[in-house]
Amino acid sequence: MKLKPEDLEKIAERMRATTSLRDGEWRARITVHMGTCGIASGAREIMKAFLKQTGDQEEQDVMLTTSGCAGLCSHEPMATVELKGEPPIKYVKLTEAKVTKIFQDHVVGGQVVAEYALGKGHERIG
Amino acid sequence: MPNYRMNLMLCAGTGCVSNKAFELKDALEEELAKRELADEIRVVATGCQGFCAQGPIVLVEPEGIFYQLLRPADVPHLVEEHFVKGRPVEKLMYRPAEDADPIPNIGDIGFFEKQQLVALANRGIIDPENIDEYIARGGYTALAKAVTEMTGEEIIAEVKSSGLRGRGGAGFPTGQKWEFARNAEGDVKYVICNADEGDPGAFMDRSVVESDPHAVLEGMAIGAYAIGASRGFVYIRDEYPLATMRIVKAIKDATEYGLLGENIFGTDFSLSISVNRGAGAFVCGEETSLISSLEGKLPAPRVRPPYPAISGYDGKPTNINNVETWANIRHIINRGASWFSSIGTETSKGTKVFSLVGKVNNTGLVEVPMGVTLREMVFDIGGGIPDGKKFKAVQIGGPSGGCMPESLLDLPIDYESLKKVGSIVGSGGLVVMDEDNCMVDVARFFQEFTQKESCGKCVPCRVGTRHLVDILTRICEGEGKPGDIRRLQELAVDIKAGSLCGLGQTAANPVLTTIEFFREEYEAHINEKRCPAAVCKALISYRIDADKCTGCGKCKVACPVNVITGDRKEAHSIDPSGCIRCSMCKDVCPVDAVLVS
Ligand SMILES: Cc1cc2nc3c(=O)[nH]c(=O)nc-3n(C[C@H](O)[C@H](O)[C@H](O)COP(=O)(O)O)c2cc1C
Repeated sequence: MKLKPEDLEKIAERMRATTSLRDGEWRARITVHMGTCGIASGAREIMKAFLKQTGDQEEQDVMLTTSGCAGLCSHEPMATVELKGEPPIKYVKLTEAKVTKIFQDHVVGGQVVAEYALGKGHERIG
Repeated sequence: MPNYRMNLMLCAGTGCVSNKAFELKDALEEELAKRELADEIRVVATGCQGFCAQGPIVLVEPEGIFYQLLRPADVPHLVEEHFVKGRPVEKLMYRPAEDADPIPNIGDIGFFEKQQLVALANRGIIDPENIDEYIARGGYTALAKAVTEMTGEEIIAEVKSSGLRGRGGAGFPTGQKWEFARNAEGDVKYVICNADEGDPGAFMDRSVVESDPHAVLEGMAIGAYAIGASRGFVYIRDEYPLATMRIVKAIKDATEYGLLGENIFGTDFSLSISVNRGAGAFVCGEETSLISSLEGKLPAPRVRPPYPAISGYDGKPTNINNVETWANIRHIINRGASWFSSIGTETSKGTKVFSLVGKVNNTGLVEVPMGVTLREMVFDIGGGIPDGKKFKAVQIGGPSGGCMPESLLDLPIDYESLKKVGSIVGSGGLVVMDEDNCMVDVARFFQEFTQKESCGKCVPCRVGTRHLVDILTRICEGEGKPGDIRRLQELAVDIKAGSLCGLGQTAANPVLTTIEFFREEYEAHINEKRCPAAVCKALISYRIDADKCTGCGKCKVACPVNVITGDRKEAHSIDPSGCIRCSMCKDVCPVDAVLVS
């Protein structure tokens, strides 16, 4: 498919409808940060651990996705968890055990796991 | 003897002392004397209380109140409120982590607070392997605007007035370079993205490509349209497999959408981009070498002019820019030159991505407006030096840059300020060093790097850097001779004058700046055969402080050459003749009884 300029907005709209928490069906989005730094400190294992959790729970409304480096390489592996209507939470220095707790408490239970969290909200863009 | 009603236990461990604990002690005593409290309250210097990150600290006895991060400026208020009026000053007190707001806002965390994301606008947010996610965040709208609404001249005028300068090191104005290429004679023209990134400790470009490959491609497409190129190359360091995979996928996806390829957005602008893996030498990042390597030849720099804009790949006009330069373009087209130039300083506009590494608490990838100071970089964003150690220098600009001392920490990071002090902004490597780094050794490290990476074409660079390394090695080994400093300086001047490319022209910068700002360390090595940071093995010796040693035997077990003797619970000692100065004993000693001198 060759795009025309107006197609960009259509794709953007479709993406908003399917992937954004606000307009889509999703209740939660988990983003595992997988730059080289993240992968080197074990992000693949963290991804697997989250996959195991989503599989276990058959959570159909939890989106699991990947992204690049979140910037704070010394705190990798990192993941961002965002529930619908709430600011995203960045979790740092993850282990499989922490993933289990974050999934159960935060993604399923709605309670942020403060002890593993670095901060909430977004970075300053532009 | 007076009967004190209060003891102020001031930590005077190394960490707190380097955080100016003694200045604090003086300030406290002075203020107590001034208020005639010296007979009631005394200041007691204690050993390390183990809380170095929060130092200097003071424990008030008998109340047990703990103050942290005290500055002499806090003292009058503290004395007035707490010791005169009996109201402990809450804001200076240590708060255990659980008392604090458990989850701070990202924007309030030092590491993120001063950052402003432009080139990295999508970092950590989008899936870099999904083009739709890029488009959902405004991706390719700048390209659409450029090719359907703007002429090449208009784009170049916009980029020129934005003030964007090349992020690959030299800081040449991007719009001007595009203009040269556009105006150059030739029906076939090329664009190149330089993703070779060879500076030790640098990983900005890798992260930009890994986080947001389409941002780079979109910039390249806009540039190609502006100068009239229909073919592009991404020359990427071979050691970057993930970034390579992502840029290859991005090209494929963009081509499927018609965002690359023939007749982009239905116009008569066409562009195909291919990926070439770097040939593995630092010099390949230098633009003429890179082009030569792309052509399948040996990567050696050539004389400029002619610049690549006139005669580049295959002898045709070629515009080459760095990864980060390209990633900025779409924002300039979408948001306008005046928005871009509102960020940064007079001569250096926009933001710059840095990789912050070395002796800092927060290592990572940071994007800040130009003009942020080195101090903000090291202490606010980097969170300071770990283990309460003292800052010594920050190396900026990689092997072409310089080591900046404490006295220059308030220097704003922009092209002109750094040039004035013999360094460069460079491509964005920042390596922080503390009191445990020997500056002669650091200079030798960088010199060895450039020496090994010299392509050998220019004799002053090939042979001159060898001599620099030899002299520096001699100094580090305790064989330094009077006149060595002058010899280093003279050689540096000759290498600079006699080298063709930036590698040789800047190779001596680390040596020159360390001599300028840390001359006393060179002199200590040469004249006193002493390494003040206790790094250079030939100049240090280890011994055990018999008063401190508890005879636990840990060092004896750890010593790989068995030169430590002593009975259990008796003071141990090291036989210096067999000692290989590996520092194992010092590392394991629980009471800091192993001394290095
Ligand atoms: C020894 C040497 C190595 C270089 N390495 C790189 C590099 O890895 N990446 C880069 O973008 N520029 C590098 N440069 C600078 C390039 O020659 C060129 O100036 C740059 O790619 C131009 O792009 P810009 O104007 O966008 O900065 C290097 C220069 C020298 C002398």
